[in-house]
Amino acid sequence: MAVDLNINGKAYSIDADKEMPLLWAIRDLVGLTGTKYGCGKALCGACTVHLDGASIRSCSVSVAIAAGKKITTIEGLSADGEHPVQVAWRKFNVPQCGYCQSGQIMSAVALLERIPQPTDSDIDTAMGGNICRCGTYTRIRKAIHSAANGQS
Amino acid sequence: MNSIRRISRRQFLTRTGQATGGMVLAVTLAPVFTPGNALAGPPAKSVLAPNVFVNVREDGIVEIYCYRSEMGQGIRTGLPQVIADELEADWDRISVIQAQGDEKYGDQNTDGSTSIRKHFDVLRTAGASAREMLVAAAAQLWNVPVGECEARNHAVRHRASGKRAGYGELVPHTAGIAVPEAPTFKARKDYRYIGKPMDLLDAKAMTTGTAMYGIDTVLLDMLYASIERCPAQGGLVRSFDASAARKIPGVVAVYELPKPSTPPLFNVLGGVAVLATNTWSAQQGRAALKIEWDHGVNGAYDSENYRKELVASTRNPGTLMLNRGDISKATQGAASSHSADYYAPHLSQAPMEPPAAVASVADGSCEVWACTQNPQETRDTVATTIGMDKDRVAVNVTLLGGGFGRKSKPDFAAEAAWLSKQSGRPVKVTWTREDDLRHGYFHSVSAQHVEANLDEAGMPTSWLHRTAFPSISSTFDSSNKGPSAGELTLGLLDIPYAIPNLRIEAGDAVAHVRIGWLRSVCNVYHAFALSSFADELAQKSGTDPVAYLAKLIGPRRMLDPGQDGAEYDNYGQSIETHPIDTGRIVAVLEQVAKNAGWGRKLPRGRGLGIAVHRSFLSTVGTVAEVGKDANGKLRVLELWTVIDAGTVVNPDRVTAQMEGAGIFGMSLALYGEITARDGAIVQGNFDTYPVVRMNEAPANINVQIMSVDAPPGGVGEPGVPPVAPAIANAWFAATGERLRELPFRKAGIV
Repeated sequence: MAVDLNINGKAYSIDADKEMPLLWAIRDLVGLTGTKYGCGKALCGACTVHLDGASIRSCSVSVAIAAGKKITTIEGLSADGEHPVQVAWRKFNVPQCGYCQSGQIMSAVALLERIPQPTDSDIDTAMGGNICRCGTYTRIRKAIHSAANGQS
Repeated sequence: MNSIRRISRRQFLTRTGQATGGMVLAVTLAPVFTPGNALAGPPAKSVLAPNVFVNVREDGIVEIYCYRSEMGQGIRTGLPQVIADELEADWDRISVIQAQGDEKYGDQNTDGSTSIRKHFDVLRTAGASAREMLVAAAAQLWNVPVGECEARNHAVRHRASGKRAGYGELVPHTAGIAVPEAPTFKARKDYRYIGKPMDLLDAKAMTTGTAMYGIDTVLLDMLYASIERCPAQGGLVRSFDASAARKIPGVVAVYELPKPSTPPLFNVLGGVAVLATNTWSAQQGRAALKIEWDHGVNGAYDSENYRKELVASTRNPGTLMLNRGDISKATQGAASSHSADYYAPHLSQAPMEPPAAVASVADGSCEVWACTQNPQETRDTVATTIGMDKDRVAVNVTLLGGGFGRKSKPDFAAEAAWLSKQSGRPVKVTWTREDDLRHGYFHSVSAQHVEANLDEAGMPTSWLHRTAFPSISSTFDSSNKGPSAGELTLGLLDIPYAIPNLRIEAGDAVAHVRIGWLRSVCNVYHAFALSSFADELAQKSGTDPVAYLAKLIGPRRMLDPGQDGAEYDNYGQSIETHPIDTGRIVAVLEQVAKNAGWGRKLPRGRGLGIAVHRSFLSTVGTVAEVGKDANGKLRVLELWTVIDAGTVVNPDRVTAQMEGAGIFGMSLALYGEITARDGAIVQGNFDTYPVVRMNEAPANINVQIMSVDAPPGGVGEPGVPPVAPAIANAWFAATGERLRELPFRKAGIV
């Protein structure tokens, strides 16, 4: 069936089963590969995107639910890669393999929009759903604080 | 490890032959992985190419071929640091190109923490050769002696006259210059990039979603595959019904894969593949398959029963692997004795990007895009699988979304190639997380038994160490019955303790799943037993663990396990250039204790634990501070790590590896466990195979790199082994409860 998606301000009409998870529509049908697969069960956060500004796990939200809403992926976060969170990530050389970092950044941006000056405890709660197997957590914390303080 | 790998390599070479000839690449019409910092420019007319690693273009751009795989260790930044430094290149005028799998680059197998330690001189030579040729070209051009010219920041200068020429303009003049056989390396004091914390070259791509991993390759007309494999390793499809699968919208084709081989090698695992126009449809089609399995010889594998066999294997004398003195003589006259058993389960590497590859077989050639740690093995395996000469197979290496040893094994690329050959279209194979956790090459389950006789001061006069685990060799040799000498070199045969009578034995153990490398490999469980047992002896004797360990390691000396009859290869490098220097081990021990404020007063329910371990030619010491929370659960509050890796190329990446190793080590200490029941792996995703998350990460992971003027050691793996025993020892200090089994979750404290 035809599903209309609004991704990063652009309208896409895709032909998909309405139960198809948004993740696979974004990656395979729309062709934006910055959003990653990691678990398929909302356990790891690699697929995090924003739906009307809130962070969601796109592997576990169907295209039917996402249709008509404003979807933002890592590619749409900023035109030039200069969102303060992206800049902070580079300032601290956060990534190792980098695979989970799209999801980490999307979760961090949503956190800072909700709580502009998060505590470590706020970060633990908001970021606890994003696994980094390389173990970049301590740098992510530093980068979030730095972005919050406008230091980046 | 090397001995194991040589076995597999020979088998592949025998089967594929060594063909040479022109490469015909398949036409690709889609986004292909491009390095994050590629500099656009018109094709150069002439190029200085002194070797396969470096091209200096006429426009001044220096192209550097990164022939090692990037999986988070930072080699795409570190490798050009070494070449550019020796070349005296301007960092802003380099372009890093990811090399395909090809023997012309030498060893490309990115494992064993080898990229710097084994390639430092290769990389220095690559850069220095180009530099010397540019200097020679300038001297010839100006008709002055070479010795009066010097290279500095992308240009050659004649000191006396002040003449100066940029690298680009010198390129056409290098035509007749011979490649130097043994160029002179720069002095350490003149390094401009080596030893500096250069920023990640791929950071922009990785923070904007444009970095390309194996799972991200897209080709025109490509199909997406999902594969149902037998729950038990080596099992076969008896029959299957794909009629319901074929009705799922988007499903295009269904194929039964070739049977798994015995031994498994890196070959496909069999099963049934569903190919569709997108990943979701392929997964839906797969779920609709009805398959009857013959579970085969491993269909009864049960971790609880197997545990009894494995522990029993350590209760009787095993194969002697090292002997010093005579432990039986030490029994008489001993003041006391102590013994303990340690156990650790199978683990899965669980990289965040599961195995994924794209292959396109067309017109008698095959092109592959894969997140592989071992592109040459990928090429060999793909060629064998589809019956094609390897000179018709090209392997492109994408970024790896984590590797940790899983992606040394190219079975997933072979699946993609075989399916592309069958379907006549490009195919992407994406393993699900469940596939990854259930059908991988698992870190070995292990049991160890340790006995010591002690003198009146509580120091061991004898030490008997038995280790039993199914061997990685079993993946390459069906007749294998237990550990290889190569695996015991990983953290046991080089035991650095000054014990007069030492006996190390290996117990038999048969594999029932595919066994493979996981970050630090056997060092994980060997370090757990060695550092835990040392702490037990310290506590038993009432001695401070740091003082006890320093005494146990003893006076400074250069160990050679070969002198005690061990087959020891020192991680494939010379024991003269990379000695087991106990003085450096004690220095690390004392430094990390100092950094952690060892001996300070702690609140009730808190404890510090320490472990120090040499692996991959580096030594790492870790102190963990743990606390028992209100619910009686273990919390890792802070970690301190000190590494002696000799010469370090990028201290920021080394620090990052130590931070990451702290988290990876915590995950396996607290949670990591893969078990089998009725031949099938029980765990399936991050709910049943948890890893450490942000809310469990310590407040700080404090890292110090020792300043040591010595050849480089490994970095990616050595940080992991001391973490679990440091936490176990800290828990003992906090609570008096000894943890002898991984993961600690089994003790109910996590």
